[in-house]
Amino acid sequence: MDLPFALCLVSLLIGAAALVAPVAGRSWASVALYGLCLGVSSLLLVIGLWSLVAMGGGAEAPLLWLPLGIPGQGVHFRLDGLSAFFLIVINLAASAASLFAIGSGRHEHAPHRVLPFYPVFLAGMNLVVLANDVYGFLFSWEVMSVASWFLVIAHHRQPENRRAGYVYLIMAALSTQMLLVTFGLLSGFGAHLDFDAIRATPPSLDIARLALLAVVIGTGAKAGLVPLHVWLPLAHPAAPSHVSGLMSGIMTKVAIYGLVRVTFDLLGPPEWTWGAGILLLGGTTAVTGVLYALMQHDLKRLLAYHTVENIGIIAIGLGLALAFRANGFQMGAALALTAALFHVLNHSLFKTLLFLSAGAVLTATGERDLDRLGGLIRGMPITAFCFLVGSAAISALPPLNGFVSEWLALQAILISPELPQWILKFLVPMVGAGLALSAALAAACFVKAFGAAFLGRARTAAAERAVEVERSSLAAMLILVAACVLAGVLPGLVVDALAPVTTLLVGSHLPNQITQPWLTLVATTPERSSYNGLILMVFIALSASLSAFGVHRLASRRRRRAGAWDCGYPETSPATQYTAASFAQPIRRVFASVLFSAREKIDMPAPGDSRAARLTLTIRDPVWALLYRPVAVAVTTAAEIISSALSLSIRQHLGLVYGTLILLLVVLALWQ
Amino acid sequence: MAMIQSLLAQGFQMMLVLAVAPLVIGIIRKVKARLSRRIGPSIFQPYRDLIRLARKDTVVAHNASWLFLVAPYIVFAAIWVAAALVPTYALGLIFSWSADIIVIVGLLALARFFLALAGLDVGTAFGGIGTSREMMISSLAEPAMLMIVFTLSLLAQSTQLSSIAHYMMTADVGLRVSCGLALLGLVMVTIAENGRVPVDNPATHLELTMVHEAMILEYSGRHLALIELAAALKLTLYLSMLTCVFLPWGIALNGAKLPVLGLGVLIYLIKITVASAVLAAFEVTVAKMRVFRVVDFLNFALMLGLLATLLLFVSRSI
Amino acid sequence: MLGQSFPFDMAHMLAGGMVTVSFMLLFQDRLIALIWFLALHALALALALAWQAHRQAADDLYVAAALALVVKAILIPMGLRWLVRHLQIERTVEAVVGVGMAMLFGIGLVALSVMVMLPAATHSPLMWEDLSFALAVVMLGLLIMITRRNAMAQIIGLLSVDNGVTLAVVGIRGMPLVIDLGVACLLVAAMVVFAIYFKHIHQRFDSVDVHVLDRFRGEES
Repeated sequence: MDLPFALCLVSLLIGAAALVAPVAGRSWASVALYGLCLGVSSLLLVIGLWSLVAMGGGAEAPLLWLPLGIPGQGVHFRLDGLSAFFLIVINLAASAASLFAIGSGRHEHAPHRVLPFYPVFLAGMNLVVLANDVYGFLFSWEVMSVASWFLVIAHHRQPENRRAGYVYLIMAALSTQMLLVTFGLLSGFGAHLDFDAIRATPPSLDIARLALLAVVIGTGAKAGLVPLHVWLPLAHPAAPSHVSGLMSGIMTKVAIYGLVRVTFDLLGPPEWTWGAGILLLGGTTAVTGVLYALMQHDLKRLLAYHTVENIGIIAIGLGLALAFRANGFQMGAALALTAALFHVLNHSLFKTLLFLSAGAVLTATGERDLDRLGGLIRGMPITAFCFLVGSAAISALPPLNGFVSEWLALQAILISPELPQWILKFLVPMVGAGLALSAALAAACFVKAFGAAFLGRARTAAAERAVEVERSSLAAMLILVAACVLAGVLPGLVVDALAPVTTLLVGSHLPNQITQPWLTLVATTPERSSYNGLILMVFIALSASLSAFGVHRLASRRRRRAGAWDCGYPETSPATQYTAASFAQPIRRVFASVLFSAREKIDMPAPGDSRAARLTLTIRDPVWALLYRPVAVAVTTAAEIISSALSLSIRQHLGLVYGTLILLLVVLALWQ
Repeated sequence: MAMIQSLLAQGFQMMLVLAVAPLVIGIIRKVKARLSRRIGPSIFQPYRDLIRLARKDTVVAHNASWLFLVAPYIVFAAIWVAAALVPTYALGLIFSWSADIIVIVGLLALARFFLALAGLDVGTAFGGIGTSREMMISSLAEPAMLMIVFTLSLLAQSTQLSSIAHYMMTADVGLRVSCGLALLGLVMVTIAENGRVPVDNPATHLELTMVHEAMILEYSGRHLALIELAAALKLTLYLSMLTCVFLPWGIALNGAKLPVLGLGVLIYLIKITVASAVLAAFEVTVAKMRVFRVVDFLNFALMLGLLATLLLFVSRSI
Repeated sequence: MLGQSFPFDMAHMLAGGMVTVSFMLLFQDRLIALIWFLALHALALALALAWQAHRQAADDLYVAAALALVVKAILIPMGLRWLVRHLQIERTVEAVVGVGMAMLFGIGLVALSVMVMLPAATHSPLMWEDLSFALAVVMLGLLIMITRRNAMAQIIGLLSVDNGVTLAVVGIRGMPLVIDLGVACLLVAAMVVFAIYFKHIHQRFDSVDVHVLDRFRGEES
């Protein structure tokens, strides 16, 4: 019964959207709508959990056929392990975001542009993971894309948001086109639209290769794989904060779902080169994503670039899993896939948390620019704590959840020398180094973000006056904090829950974790490697309190407040603090001078001149210049040629059509 | 009964590293002083310094937040736990499996994260300069460390330090370039991560090239004592790791009897003394680098790690 | 620790040591240190040759080893040091690309060498590892030459290429001694030529940065 119930809930969301549209301006509408979304998402979360547990016990995946859509075809739905897992990921973050919005929704100045689209966006994402045929998948995918586009341009009076919406629209169209190609190839050009039929008749190798290329572009453009990431840091920050959280936290995960569904489920047996390609893409994405993030000083854009990085980490896991699977190492494939899916869950948790905290900061101060914040930890201690936990988690620090998935990915990398291909043997450790580099740089980036926004002294009056946001918003963030900690200290539960998913996709799963002594996490065998977040956390807490107790008891517990020391030269102006840009300067000098052609120009007036000195920093994204500009130029040129054809006379037009017809006939004749 | 014994052995190790850590600093200072023809303070001076610091009043800036007050305890606890999980005198202690070498790197990163945040908390220029440089150095040192970890764990087929040490002690490792490269790389990472000469100078203040000392400039009293002790523990941790992987002989094996354990402690103390003296001797022969030369230094360590992993495939079957 | 495969390990150590020293040459940017590392490079080569001579009981390899030791590890470095002192050449070498990039590229070259020589692994693992290391040393030497501007550093790169070529002898049995002797003579002759060449460009331009030659030819404004 769970699948029909889930679909009823989703249709409830769509109905709510229709109902709320005329009354969106009323003050109660926002609370009622977000309350409904919270309820529906929580129920869907429970359904996902319930199904996954049932499937761990060996239950069959329920199927459903509804007479909607194309006449005679209908739409198929299925709730298997993978769908159930993604249902959990989507609705956990969605319910937190809805709870957050119950309080903060009243600050929205254009509710009629947000409220009707929010539930549709949620419904679209849920439907994508439930769909079991080509039509249903593509239709829900488009619903998700269009609804999120409306949310991106909700505040369309700012020119940068309009630009973001424009770029997003183009990239979303590219993504859907490519998925259309993928499914066209897979379904034998529409012969059988049902996924079950595609599974039964896997495509030939050449078709599969083409379909892989198309699906990597199609889902990569949605998820933000470099070089298809350019829309993401523009569009995600433009939306209202709780929607940004959902776009970064779970819409990119829906794209990952598409990639996993096609490559592991529908494409048939993989080749090792597929894995190597995705691995390389993932490594590049992870490192460049975090380097981009380090160069930002807009809090929400920084978080969006970190999404690019984390998508890269997930892609590394998926690529490794494909490579293992192609060589028949089921255990390795299960380990790598578990790492990737675990990271999907983790990223959805901490990225939503971070975006919600950034939203709280935006609500409280009206600022997103790190160089205009500072000292918020005093006015907003709870938000600061939440952002701190999110930062530690995304920086892969034990004992939080981000570390667990990173640890699993590293364990998978460490068994890769057993692969027979020499290219993989050399490539995988390099990617491992890239993974370590991106984790270390992420830590640096979040020290920067947290330090500039929450620590130090307030740089503007708005930051000075900031106070906490509504209780419900704080509760939403605290729930996510608890989830991050729980997934970090009890990773065995998550890994066990993933067992049916990996069994479904690669035919194997990790050793049963719940039966390990002391709830230790074991990747392959206990002799090889093990990790226990719970014990570490208890140990750290114990020794911290022991040392605090000891020092206070045996030595001194007196504390005096005084002015800052700063080597004897404390400066009263908060402008003398390190800013986000100055914090990143050493790293910029090391990495970005070549990669982003970062240049600093100092305009120092001569002594005696009272003009202010200026430091100009230019950072260029090479992807725009190398990839998008040529494409844009080509499109413009083509458009000019075509538009010149518009001024032809009627006779010439007819001639053009006639010529085309003859050409097609000739092609047909030659073809036969 | 066996459970209590193993818990005791683990507890002893925790206390051992805590007791040894200031001594390591003392030995290094003494050897450096003697090599530069000074008499130098007693090797027990760091203990006296720590006690004195802990007894003094703690002075905190007006605008310091709760993070500034709790950070020293978190930093100290994370490093202490990490140091207690690296094999010193015996292998396979009861909690050694709860953290492999990757986790130990992670715990050190956790400590660094909080120390860096504390450096930014008061909002002074020195805190910022130290923090941003520390994060730059660590962002290069951490991948280098992980490549060395890769080399060792590919060799020993395990990421548990106990298993790696056991493998190095018993198996037919042979002469491998990779081991040499890993050793060299680990020494370089040790120098960089602990802020030793030539990367940073632990003895200097009021100098624009300082990194670690600039970051903790606002701390005083018991907080400073904890941070100093944590820094000493971190150095001890790295030296223990170096000795347990590359000089594993003399470590007591799993389930050894009491006399063997005692011998293990003695040998550990000898090894750690020698390692400190060697580090000190190295430090007096080099000069501090400019900050941006450190990048090349760590790049080289990273390349050593990568090269070690690559050459491992060419050596005799792994 | 020393097991059955000690002979292989020893050869592997020495050849791998040469690759490592090549990386140090790539990394180092002080002239005197470069010359020291070149001597170390040649010393490792001499030891590798001697070890192979011992293993194969081949007397001519002993001669080659002794030659490498005397000429390449002692005489040439001494000569280069004398040149640096005598001409008072600037002591730091300017690199064209960053050290990090050069080293990353070098790592790629090593991986490539190992993979290119993979067919030799079917013959014997010793031959495979030896040839791949020799190729890696040659490639790294060429990389040193193209990434440095200083003429002296380029010569050092060239000499390390020669060491790499000689290392290949260890893998392939019975390269005639004559060839090695000939190469050694050539090198000594080349050294004399270089010395004169250095002296001239140094007198003329007060530098051994080859960049000044470009400027002289008017290729760069």
